[in-house]
Amino acid sequence: MTGEIVISARDLTKRFGDFTAVKAITFDVMRGEIFGFLGANGAGKTTAMRMLCGLSLPTSGTAQIAGFDLATGSERIKQNIGYMSQKFSLYDDLTITENIRFYGGIYGLTDKEIKDKTRQMLGTLHLEDQAKTITKALPLGWKQKVAFSVAMLHQPRIVFLDEPTGGVDPVTRREFWTMIYEAANSGTTVFVTTHYMDEAEYCDRVSIMVDGSIEALDTPLKLKEQFESSSMENVFIQLARKATRSNA
Amino acid sequence: MKQFLFFVQKEFYHVWRDKRTMFILFGMPVVQILIFGFALTNEVKNARIAVWDQANDKISRGIIDQIGGSRYFNIGMNLNREDELEQAFQSGKVKMAIVFPSDFESALIHNNQATIQLIADATDPNVATTLANYATAIIMDYQTSRGRIQQIPAIKTEVRMLYNPQLKGSYSFVPGVMALVLMLVCAMMTSISIVREKEMGTMEVILVSPIVPIRVVIAKMVPYFLLSAINICSILLMSVFVLDVPIQGNLLLVVSECLLFTITALAFGLLISSLTNSQQVAMLISLMGLFLPTMLLSGFMFPVENMPVPLQVISNVVPAKWFYIISRSVMIKGLSFDYVWKETLILAGMTLFFMLLSVKKFKTRLE
Repeated sequence: MTGEIVISARDLTKRFGDFTAVKAITFDVMRGEIFGFLGANGAGKTTAMRMLCGLSLPTSGTAQIAGFDLATGSERIKQNIGYMSQKFSLYDDLTITENIRFYGGIYGLTDKEIKDKTRQMLGTLHLEDQAKTITKALPLGWKQKVAFSVAMLHQPRIVFLDEPTGGVDPVTRREFWTMIYEAANSGTTVFVTTHYMDEAEYCDRVSIMVDGSIEALDTPLKLKEQFESSSMENVFIQLARKATRSNA
Repeated sequence: MKQFLFFVQKEFYHVWRDKRTMFILFGMPVVQILIFGFALTNEVKNARIAVWDQANDKISRGIIDQIGGSRYFNIGMNLNREDELEQAFQSGKVKMAIVFPSDFESALIHNNQATIQLIADATDPNVATTLANYATAIIMDYQTSRGRIQQIPAIKTEVRMLYNPQLKGSYSFVPGVMALVLMLVCAMMTSISIVREKEMGTMEVILVSPIVPIRVVIAKMVPYFLLSAINICSILLMSVFVLDVPIQGNLLLVVSECLLFTITALAFGLLISSLTNSQQVAMLISLMGLFLPTMLLSGFMFPVENMPVPLQVISNVVPAKWFYIISRSVMIKGLSFDYVWKETLILAGMTLFFMLLSVKKFKTRLE
């Protein structure tokens, strides 16, 4: 961590009619940090993340992403972020190579870069034999690893991961987190939402959202001290119980 | 630009790999042309009719020969009594009966006019009308041909069927089927393919990427535009070589008008996709909002002039109506652009309007 701020949100708010999904959240994320974004279902995580990615316009508040203002620099921001959604983000009817080629192409990579990246990625993931496999035929864990690599294809400064490991087995999850560490070590900031508390322990810092507000934000160690708990799970449950919104 | 080509390539993979869609895209026009061409037709061939010739003179026998010799009729029964006539219809063995009065020849000679009775089974009114018209035409024909040799006094009527002298049904439905197929292929398939990305979640990833949304939209249209061009060719080829419907007008003009209509349909598909979030809804809207009006209000199945005024007014906003007028004028009547520029302008205006509206409505953000 170098102390350079890459995400800075100030009073970011999103209202849908009378309902305030996200209430004036303010936080900073540093370069190369793994930032865990926790919260029960319906706490407003996904909405907040969508605002940061430019998928949803904030009702009020501002944010700076990778040095650009969310309101005015959304095109510049897009060049500098990667995104992996909760839903599966590869095309099922394309092969792995074709998926890589497509995403490389829309991020403006050259043919040579795409070729190199494809070979490199297939090697790292040990998928050389599956290069021509239709994505649909792959196990979920593999697909998620490919999807993550694809989101990292253009070497973004920040990568947003929305519950990337949902439904994936523990071994693959561990492998997935190894990839996240590698990305962070190479200077990419990782902004990740999750429901797994063991994953929360892996993060450099964790924020916990309750009813649209950030109720806690610190390193896992300090949060455990602050809430006098032995595990992040306990911390999370203590906070999430305070929620008055019904779980969606 | 390269970004765009990558996107187009991806779209081709989608279309190419979906065998069912491919089958629908290329199979449907062929099946529709064949069904409309051979099954759903008002033409009547070899209809069984009965004859009750009470006169049995030279002229009546001549007319009967002429009718029996045509390919439309097949004289299956000779009747002698009135109750046989009734029986013939009740048994359903004949579609029409021709009755000559016993004083046929003398009435013709002395009173200068005679009547032949055509009795048709009107439980199917379309067939009955068609048969009566055919028979009348043949009788007229006989009269004129005889008239040259010996003076048969009669009122001379002359009927000429313009552009389609054989009254072939295929002349009217080839342009109609073209409108249907283009609407279905372009509007439905485009909207489904955009909405599918919303459903799958890949749209989110695309919207986060630097690609400009309008390019996404155009890239999605390209494969369907090309497929439609192929379909236009296959429909035109089939209409000429399978159904014997000649293209009277300028081929280039026909094809350009078809391509214009293709763009209209694509604009509609885009509009639908920007208003819906599920494939089922997109499909339903395409069917109810486009397919049915195209079929019922374009004038292709039912003449617009016969509709109640409110429906006539509504039919004006159905793009297929204008395309149908244009393609019929150019293809069948062989008219030049001078005769269809107004309709073309209306169609182009509609296309532009829907294109702008749908691009404006296309959501570049998720809410």
